[in-house]
Amino acid sequence: MLDATQNVTRSYLDRRVEEFRAQVARRIDGSLTEDEFRPLRLMNGLYLQLHAYMLRVAIPYGTLNSEQLDVLAEISERWDRGYGHFTTRQNIQYNWPKLTDVPDMLARLADVNLHAIQTSGNTIRNVTADPLAGAHADELMDPRPVAELIRIWSTDHPEYQFLGRKFKIAVTGSPNDRAVTGAHDLAVRIVERDGEIGYTILVGGGLGRTPVVGKIIKDFLPQADLLPYLEAVLSVYNLAGRRDNKYKARIKITVNEMGLEEFSARVDEAFFRIRPEFSGADQHLLAELQEGFARPALAPRDTEAYDAAYAADPVFRAWADINLRPHFADDHAIAMVSLKPHGGVPGDASASQMRVVADLARRYGNDEIRVTQEQNLVLPHVAKADLPAVFAELKQHGLATANAGLASDIIACPGMDYCALATARSIPVAQQIAEALEENEVEVGELAIKISGCINACGHHHLGDIGILGLDRAGVENYQITLGGDAGPDMKIGEKTGPGFAYDEVVGAVERLIAAYLDLREEGERFRDTIARTGAEPFKTALYQEEAQDAA
Amino acid sequence: MAKRFQPGVISANDLISGKVIYLAANDNWVERLEEGELITDEARADARLELALGQPEIAVGAYVAPAEATDTGIRPAHFREDFRATGPSAPARKSWGTL
Repeated sequence: MLDATQNVTRSYLDRRVEEFRAQVARRIDGSLTEDEFRPLRLMNGLYLQLHAYMLRVAIPYGTLNSEQLDVLAEISERWDRGYGHFTTRQNIQYNWPKLTDVPDMLARLADVNLHAIQTSGNTIRNVTADPLAGAHADELMDPRPVAELIRIWSTDHPEYQFLGRKFKIAVTGSPNDRAVTGAHDLAVRIVERDGEIGYTILVGGGLGRTPVVGKIIKDFLPQADLLPYLEAVLSVYNLAGRRDNKYKARIKITVNEMGLEEFSARVDEAFFRIRPEFSGADQHLLAELQEGFARPALAPRDTEAYDAAYAADPVFRAWADINLRPHFADDHAIAMVSLKPHGGVPGDASASQMRVVADLARRYGNDEIRVTQEQNLVLPHVAKADLPAVFAELKQHGLATANAGLASDIIACPGMDYCALATARSIPVAQQIAEALEENEVEVGELAIKISGCINACGHHHLGDIGILGLDRAGVENYQITLGGDAGPDMKIGEKTGPGFAYDEVVGAVERLIAAYLDLREEGERFRDTIARTGAEPFKTALYQEEAQDAA
Repeated sequence: MAKRFQPGVISANDLISGKVIYLAANDNWVERLEEGELITDEARADARLELALGQPEIAVGAYVAPAEATDTGIRPAHFREDFRATGPSAPARKSWGTL
């Protein structure tokens, strides 16, 4: 059942902050042991990593307004080291908070209706969505009302506070999946059939040590059945999901072991039982949310200033060609704000950079900012006429790298520079690759390089055209390369190429793969198109060529 | 078969700051690996670990971090400990353009 009054209200957030403040105090005065305290801090998104605590803050479906982004900047300055790290699940992480400051950080977040609840632990995590929602020309319907409905329903839901394992949900309203839906425990794709809107539901996707592409469990679910159906899926998982082995506890394993058919039959059975409990309050709420997310009324603007700058300034032109995406209004554009300067840390933004983006959103962008699964920011509604001014401002603050979707737009997890689970570094590998490829990445074109520093695959390496997985092989960093992954609507898991590479061999290996592509590609082919045509063999040959020569 | 004992320094994270800390021979917690006590004997390691685990108000997750004696002092015996001792290797600020 859904009680609309259970929304994440200020008083609820205040109570949660004070509860956590008391828990921190009890940990410090010795009333709570670390074992007792750990699950409590994780319920508030607070991890203990290699060198410090890390606070993960949920950014619902990656949507922020300027005030929220300003507060994220302020928090990084007051209680951290003046920067934040945007993640592949559209969240932000602070890498250096003190335990004693975290309650104050959470209280400040609550001022702008943000929190860190369910950003950790075996619960339903922050619901993600297409980062270009409500703006892209190709969209069927804005996925955020559905994502928000799911968020309200799943936040503090008593039945889902102790699942067998974490549970991630993504929603897209576009056929061009930008929300990595196939890699989620459950995904909702908004579709249209015979003029009616409904949902395709995927279940059991995920990366990690057992990468699985989500399977379609419901081809077309009527809108009003969404929450009861989700409850049915969760109830089957909650009962049948394994709790004996952490590595077999995700729903993908439940679905694989049980078989989709049997799993689906059990869900249908549960659905039949649960459906009557939903009286329609959820649909009223959804209608309200849809109003709240109505497309902005953007005043028509002539595009003369844009056309003039585009014709006159090759630097602006390059950025526009690479970093703009088509908006539903012809005289507007979606501007991708790169957090991937060549040699920088993917996804990091300083406090002043965050303020610059917030300010641009306020002045030129309908007060909206998005966080992408590729660890960039987005200004989703910019009049083309304002783009030269926006570009100039971004450029001045190191935010105008023209590389959206190119080789240096690398996803990298924090890896062993920060993460307690990591088995190798990711960030310096990304930095070196980006620097090495800067020169010819425009010629190379669309290319997804994704790097994870351990088998848990936070860097989505399975889904990269080129995936890189850092491991610890007998006390030495070693990097496995996968080829042919695809994060889009026809998601593909990349294939391992063969023996791994040492830390200082990775850049050379990637360069050989790219050289092979440039050699093999036919007119208009992207990296993934060439691999699809030729198979991975010629790429593997190129990859291991040097070693073979060395051995000869 | 029991795992062969590996020499090291008792290490943990500081409860308040989360910083990496090491147990010194004088029972103090220090931030530099070189100032920690290198333990080469399993019985001593057990005793020191017990001391560390008895101080939950200071140290979180104490364990024996692999280390070894070298001409230049105590050094980490695994790359993970190297990063724990020295901090992130990535030049983060390079990201921030003109700042």
